[in-house]
Amino acid sequence: MKSLEDLKKIRALAKSNLAMRNNEDNEYRVVVGMATCGIAAGARPVLNTFVEEIAKANLPVTVMQTGCIGMCTLEPIVEVFDKDNHKTTYVLIDPKKAKEIVLRHLTHGEVIEDFTVGQYKK
Amino acid sequence: MQEIAMSLLDIVQNSIKALATVIHIQMKDSQKENVIHIEVKDNGKGMDEETLKRVTDPFFTTRTTRKIGLGIPLLKENVETTGGYFHIESQLNQGTKLICEYVKNHIDTPMMGDLVETLITLIQGHENIQFIFEYVCDDFEFVLNTQDIKDILEDVSIQEPAVILWLKEYIKEGLRK
Repeated sequence: MKSLEDLKKIRALAKSNLAMRNNEDNEYRVVVGMATCGIAAGARPVLNTFVEEIAKANLPVTVMQTGCIGMCTLEPIVEVFDKDNHKTTYVLIDPKKAKEIVLRHLTHGEVIEDFTVGQYKK
Repeated sequence: MQEIAMSLLDIVQNSIKALATVIHIQMKDSQKENVIHIEVKDNGKGMDEETLKRVTDPFFTTRTTRKIGLGIPLLKENVETTGGYFHIESQLNQGTKLICEYVKNHIDTPMMGDLVETLITLIQGHENIQFIFEYVCDDFEFVLNTQDIKDILEDVSIQEPAVILWLKEYIKEGLRK
Protein backbone atom coordinates (compact mmCIF):
# COMPACT_ATOMS: atom_id res chain seq x y z
CA MET A 1 0.00 0.00 0.00
CA LYS A 2 1.28 3.46 -0.88
CA SER A 3 1.00 5.65 2.19
CA LEU A 4 1.52 9.34 2.70
CA GLU A 5 4.48 8.32 4.90
CA ASP A 6 6.26 7.14 1.75
CA LEU A 7 5.72 10.56 0.32
CA LYS A 8 7.59 12.12 3.24
CA LYS A 9 10.54 9.85 2.52
CA ILE A 10 10.45 10.89 -1.13
CA ARG A 11 10.42 14.50 -0.03
CA ALA A 12 13.55 14.04 2.08
CA LEU A 13 15.31 12.23 -0.75
CA ALA A 14 14.30 14.81 -3.33
CA LYS A 15 15.58 17.59 -1.12
CA SER A 16 19.03 16.05 -0.87
CA ASN A 17 19.05 15.36 -4.61
CA LEU A 18 18.10 18.97 -5.35
CA ALA A 19 20.93 20.26 -3.21
CA MET A 20 23.34 18.10 -5.21
CA ARG A 21 22.34 19.12 -8.70
CA ASN A 22 21.58 22.71 -7.90
CA ASN A 23 23.97 24.32 -10.35
CA GLU A 24 23.52 21.86 -13.11
CA ASP A 25 21.42 23.17 -15.98
CA ASN A 26 18.95 20.91 -17.64
CA GLU A 27 20.45 19.33 -20.69
CA TYR A 28 17.24 19.02 -22.71
CA ARG A 29 13.63 20.13 -22.71
CA VAL A 30 11.06 17.75 -24.15
CA VAL A 31 7.74 19.24 -25.27
CA VAL A 32 4.75 17.05 -26.14
CA GLY A 33 1.66 18.37 -27.97
CA MET A 34 -1.42 17.65 -25.86
CA ALA A 35 -4.36 19.20 -27.74
CA THR A 36 -7.37 17.20 -28.98
CA CYS A 37 -5.39 16.04 -32.01
CA GLY A 38 -2.42 14.91 -29.94
CA ILE A 39 -4.50 13.12 -27.32
CA ALA A 40 -6.59 11.30 -29.94
CA ALA A 41 -3.42 10.18 -31.71
CA GLY A 42 -1.91 8.75 -28.53
CA ALA A 43 0.14 11.55 -26.98
CA ARG A 44 -0.80 10.61 -23.43
CA PRO A 45 1.13 7.32 -23.25
CA VAL A 46 3.98 9.00 -25.13
CA LEU A 47 4.21 11.77 -22.53
CA ASN A 48 4.04 9.31 -19.67
CA THR A 49 6.71 7.11 -21.24
CA PHE A 50 9.03 10.12 -21.35
CA VAL A 51 8.28 11.03 -17.73
CA GLU A 52 8.85 7.49 -16.53
CA GLU A 53 11.95 6.67 -18.55
CA ILE A 54 13.60 9.99 -17.70
CA ALA A 55 12.81 9.45 -14.01
CA LYS A 56 14.19 5.93 -14.07
CA ALA A 57 17.42 7.02 -15.75
CA ASN A 58 17.56 10.16 -13.58
CA LEU A 59 18.36 12.36 -16.60
CA PRO A 60 18.59 16.16 -16.31
CA VAL A 61 15.65 16.67 -18.67
CA THR A 62 12.41 18.62 -18.23
CA VAL A 63 9.21 17.28 -19.77
CA MET A 64 6.59 19.85 -20.72
CA GLN A 65 3.19 19.91 -22.42
CA THR A 66 1.88 22.28 -25.02
CA GLY A 67 -1.25 22.70 -27.13
CA CYS A 68 -1.65 22.05 -30.82
CA ILE A 69 1.68 22.28 -32.64
CA GLY A 70 -0.11 22.71 -35.97
CA MET A 71 0.50 19.51 -37.90
CA CYS A 72 -2.38 17.45 -36.56
CA THR A 73 -1.94 14.56 -39.00
CA LEU A 74 1.62 14.03 -37.74
CA GLU A 75 0.68 13.76 -34.06
CA PRO A 76 1.92 12.67 -31.58
CA ILE A 77 4.58 15.32 -32.06
CA VAL A 78 7.52 15.71 -29.70
CA GLU A 79 9.95 18.62 -29.74
CA VAL A 80 13.36 18.28 -28.15
CA PHE A 81 15.20 21.51 -27.31
CA ASP A 82 18.86 21.40 -26.38
CA LYS A 83 20.71 23.82 -24.11
CA ASP A 84 21.21 26.28 -26.96
CA ASN A 85 17.50 26.09 -27.80
CA HIS A 86 18.08 24.12 -30.99
CA LYS A 87 14.92 22.24 -31.78
CA THR A 88 14.45 18.73 -33.13
CA THR A 89 10.87 17.90 -34.14
CA TYR A 90 9.90 14.26 -33.98
CA VAL A 91 6.60 13.16 -35.55
CA LEU A 92 4.27 10.14 -35.34
CA ILE A 93 5.80 9.08 -32.04
CA ASP A 94 4.62 6.10 -30.01
CA PRO A 95 5.82 4.83 -26.62
CA LYS A 96 8.40 2.56 -28.27
CA LYS A 97 9.92 5.41 -30.27
CA ALA A 98 9.76 7.58 -27.13
CA LYS A 99 11.94 5.05 -25.29
CA GLU A 100 14.40 5.14 -28.15
CA ILE A 101 14.54 8.94 -28.06
CA VAL A 102 15.26 8.82 -24.32
CA LEU A 103 18.07 6.35 -24.88
CA ARG A 104 19.68 7.73 -28.03
CA HIS A 105 18.93 11.44 -28.03
CA LEU A 106 18.47 12.41 -24.38
CA THR A 107 21.14 10.08 -23.01
CA HIS A 108 23.70 9.99 -25.84
CA GLY A 109 22.95 13.20 -27.71
CA GLU A 110 22.23 11.51 -31.03
CA VAL A 111 19.43 12.97 -33.19
CA ILE A 112 17.34 10.12 -34.62
CA GLU A 113 16.92 11.33 -38.18
CA ASP A 114 14.39 8.62 -39.09
CA PHE A 115 11.78 10.01 -36.68
CA THR A 116 12.16 13.68 -37.60
CA VAL A 117 9.66 15.78 -39.50
CA GLY A 118 12.35 16.49 -42.11
CA GLN A 119 12.66 12.78 -42.85
CA TYR A 120 8.88 12.37 -43.03
CA LYS A 121 8.49 15.12 -45.64
CA LYS A 122 11.07 13.54 -47.98
CA MET B 1 -11.87 9.65 -28.68
CA GLN B 2 -11.29 5.98 -27.95
CA GLU B 3 -11.62 6.32 -24.18
CA ILE B 4 -13.64 8.38 -21.72
CA ALA B 5 -10.39 9.07 -19.87
CA MET B 6 -8.98 10.67 -23.02
CA SER B 7 -12.07 12.86 -23.44
CA LEU B 8 -11.64 13.94 -19.85
CA LEU B 9 -8.01 14.88 -20.44
CA ASP B 10 -9.10 16.80 -23.51
CA ILE B 11 -11.84 18.87 -21.89
CA VAL B 12 -9.74 19.67 -18.84
CA GLN B 13 -7.25 21.27 -21.25
CA ASN B 14 -9.96 23.88 -21.86
CA SER B 15 -9.99 24.75 -18.15
CA ILE B 16 -6.20 25.00 -18.21
CA LYS B 17 -6.30 27.31 -21.25
CA ALA B 18 -8.84 29.42 -19.37
CA LEU B 19 -6.14 29.95 -16.73
CA ALA B 20 -7.96 28.10 -13.98
CA THR B 21 -6.07 27.70 -10.70
CA VAL B 22 -8.49 25.17 -9.22
CA ILE B 23 -10.03 22.39 -11.29
CA HIS B 24 -12.56 20.12 -9.67
CA ILE B 25 -13.32 16.83 -11.42
CA GLN B 26 -16.15 14.64 -10.17
CA MET B 27 -16.88 11.30 -11.64
CA LYS B 28 -19.51 8.70 -10.90
CA ASP B 29 -19.24 5.32 -12.54
CA SER B 30 -22.27 3.30 -11.50
CA GLN B 31 -23.50 -0.01 -12.76
CA LYS B 32 -26.56 0.24 -10.52
CA GLU B 33 -27.65 3.59 -11.93
CA ASN B 34 -26.31 2.69 -15.36
CA VAL B 35 -24.49 6.00 -15.76
CA ILE B 36 -21.05 7.45 -16.13
CA HIS B 37 -21.45 10.98 -14.88
CA ILE B 38 -18.67 13.55 -15.20
CA GLU B 39 -18.49 17.11 -13.93
CA VAL B 40 -15.59 19.48 -14.47
CA LYS B 41 -15.70 22.79 -12.65
CA ASP B 42 -13.02 25.43 -12.95
CA ASN B 43 -12.35 28.95 -11.73
CA GLY B 44 -10.90 30.08 -15.06
CA LYS B 45 -11.83 33.16 -17.01
CA GLY B 46 -15.22 31.81 -18.11
CA MET B 47 -17.11 32.74 -21.25
CA ASP B 48 -19.75 35.28 -22.17
CA GLU B 49 -23.10 34.10 -23.50
CA GLU B 50 -22.09 34.63 -27.11
CA THR B 51 -19.00 32.42 -26.81
CA LEU B 52 -20.85 29.82 -24.77
CA LYS B 53 -23.40 29.40 -27.55
CA ARG B 54 -20.66 28.66 -30.03
CA VAL B 55 -18.50 26.18 -28.13
CA THR B 56 -20.35 23.16 -29.45
CA ASP B 57 -19.82 24.38 -33.02
CA PRO B 58 -16.85 22.52 -34.55
CA PHE B 59 -16.01 25.56 -36.65
CA PHE B 60 -15.44 27.69 -33.61
CA THR B 61 -12.12 27.80 -31.79
CA THR B 62 -9.97 30.38 -30.01
CA ARG B 63 -6.81 28.75 -31.23
CA THR B 64 -4.84 30.26 -34.05
CA THR B 65 -3.01 27.20 -35.41
CA ARG B 66 -6.09 26.00 -37.29
CA LYS B 67 -9.70 26.90 -37.79
CA ILE B 68 -11.60 24.08 -36.16
CA GLY B 69 -12.05 23.03 -32.56
CA LEU B 70 -13.27 19.50 -32.02
CA GLY B 71 -12.85 18.88 -28.31
CA ILE B 72 -16.29 19.88 -27.06
CA PRO B 73 -18.30 18.98 -30.21
CA LEU B 74 -16.81 15.48 -30.17
CA LEU B 75 -17.61 14.96 -26.51
CA LYS B 76 -21.17 16.23 -26.93
CA GLU B 77 -21.71 13.94 -29.89
CA ASN B 78 -20.21 10.96 -28.04
CA VAL B 79 -22.32 11.48 -24.97
CA GLU B 80 -25.56 12.12 -26.82
CA THR B 81 -25.29 9.06 -29.05
CA THR B 82 -25.38 6.94 -25.89
CA GLY B 83 -28.65 8.54 -24.84
CA GLY B 84 -26.92 10.68 -22.24
CA TYR B 85 -26.69 14.45 -22.02
CA PHE B 86 -24.21 17.27 -22.19
CA HIS B 87 -24.47 20.59 -20.42
CA ILE B 88 -22.11 23.52 -20.08
CA GLU B 89 -22.56 26.70 -18.12
CA SER B 90 -20.19 29.57 -17.67
CA GLN B 91 -19.85 33.01 -16.27
CA LEU B 92 -17.32 35.51 -17.47
CA ASN B 93 -14.51 35.95 -14.93
CA GLN B 94 -16.05 33.30 -12.66
CA GLY B 95 -15.44 29.98 -14.31
CA THR B 96 -17.04 27.20 -16.25
CA LYS B 97 -18.87 24.05 -15.31
CA LEU B 98 -19.30 21.18 -17.70
CA ILE B 99 -21.52 18.20 -17.03
CA CYS B 100 -21.87 15.14 -19.15
CA GLU B 101 -23.45 11.81 -18.60
CA TYR B 102 -23.08 8.63 -20.62
CA VAL B 103 -25.56 5.77 -20.45
CA LYS B 104 -23.15 3.13 -19.15
CA ASN B 105 -24.40 0.02 -20.91
CA HIS B 106 -25.06 1.64 -24.30
CA ILE B 107 -23.12 0.02 -27.11
CA ASP B 108 -21.64 3.36 -28.18
CA THR B 109 -20.32 4.26 -24.74
CA PRO B 110 -16.53 4.19 -24.99
CA MET B 111 -14.55 2.22 -22.45
CA MET B 112 -13.38 4.12 -19.39
CA GLY B 113 -9.74 3.76 -20.35
CA ASP B 114 -6.77 4.75 -18.30
CA LEU B 115 -7.82 7.35 -15.72
CA VAL B 116 -4.49 6.98 -13.95
CA GLU B 117 -2.59 8.19 -17.01
CA THR B 118 -5.01 11.05 -17.53
CA LEU B 119 -4.58 12.31 -13.96
CA ILE B 120 -0.82 11.89 -14.02
CA THR B 121 -0.64 13.79 -17.29
CA LEU B 122 -2.63 16.68 -15.82
CA ILE B 123 -0.65 16.85 -12.59
CA GLN B 124 2.72 16.46 -14.31
CA GLY B 125 2.09 19.29 -16.73
CA HIS B 126 0.54 21.86 -14.44
CA GLU B 127 2.33 22.38 -11.18
CA ASN B 128 0.44 25.53 -10.25
CA ILE B 129 -3.05 24.19 -10.69
CA GLN B 130 -4.87 22.56 -7.82
CA PHE B 131 -6.67 19.44 -9.02
CA ILE B 132 -9.42 17.91 -6.94
CA PHE B 133 -10.48 14.55 -8.26
CA GLU B 134 -13.43 12.69 -6.79
CA TYR B 135 -14.32 9.27 -8.09
CA VAL B 136 -17.31 7.26 -6.93
CA CYS B 137 -18.47 3.85 -8.09
CA ASP B 138 -20.84 1.32 -6.55
CA ASP B 139 -18.22 -0.23 -4.25
CA PHE B 140 -15.81 2.49 -3.23
CA GLU B 141 -14.73 6.06 -3.65
CA PHE B 142 -11.41 7.78 -4.11
CA VAL B 143 -10.50 11.42 -3.58
CA LEU B 144 -7.28 13.12 -4.53
CA ASN B 145 -6.60 16.75 -3.79
CA THR B 146 -3.22 17.84 -5.09
CA GLN B 147 -3.09 20.54 -2.43
CA ASP B 148 -2.85 17.81 0.27
CA ILE B 149 0.09 16.32 -1.58
CA LYS B 150 1.76 19.70 -2.01
CA ASP B 151 1.34 20.41 1.72
CA ILE B 152 3.26 17.26 2.56
CA LEU B 153 5.93 17.96 -0.05
CA GLU B 154 6.57 21.48 1.29
CA ASP B 155 9.16 23.01 -1.06
CA VAL B 156 9.67 19.90 -3.17
CA SER B 157 7.87 20.14 -6.52
CA ILE B 158 4.97 17.83 -7.28
CA GLN B 159 6.61 17.48 -10.70
CA GLU B 160 9.68 15.73 -9.25
CA PRO B 161 9.94 12.46 -11.17
CA ALA B 162 10.03 10.39 -7.96
CA VAL B 163 6.84 12.09 -6.76
CA ILE B 164 5.09 11.52 -10.09
CA LEU B 165 5.98 7.83 -10.03
CA TRP B 166 4.69 7.56 -6.45
CA LEU B 167 1.47 9.39 -7.36
CA LYS B 168 0.91 7.02 -10.23
CA GLU B 169 1.00 4.01 -7.89
CA TYR B 170 -1.07 5.87 -5.31
CA ILE B 171 -3.85 6.68 -7.80
CA LYS B 172 -3.71 3.14 -9.19
CA GLU B 173 -4.32 1.73 -5.73
CA GLY B 174 -6.99 4.31 -5.00
CA LEU B 175 -8.89 3.37 -8.15
CA ARG B 176 -8.23 -0.33 -7.46
CA LYS B 177 -6.60 -0.94 -10.80
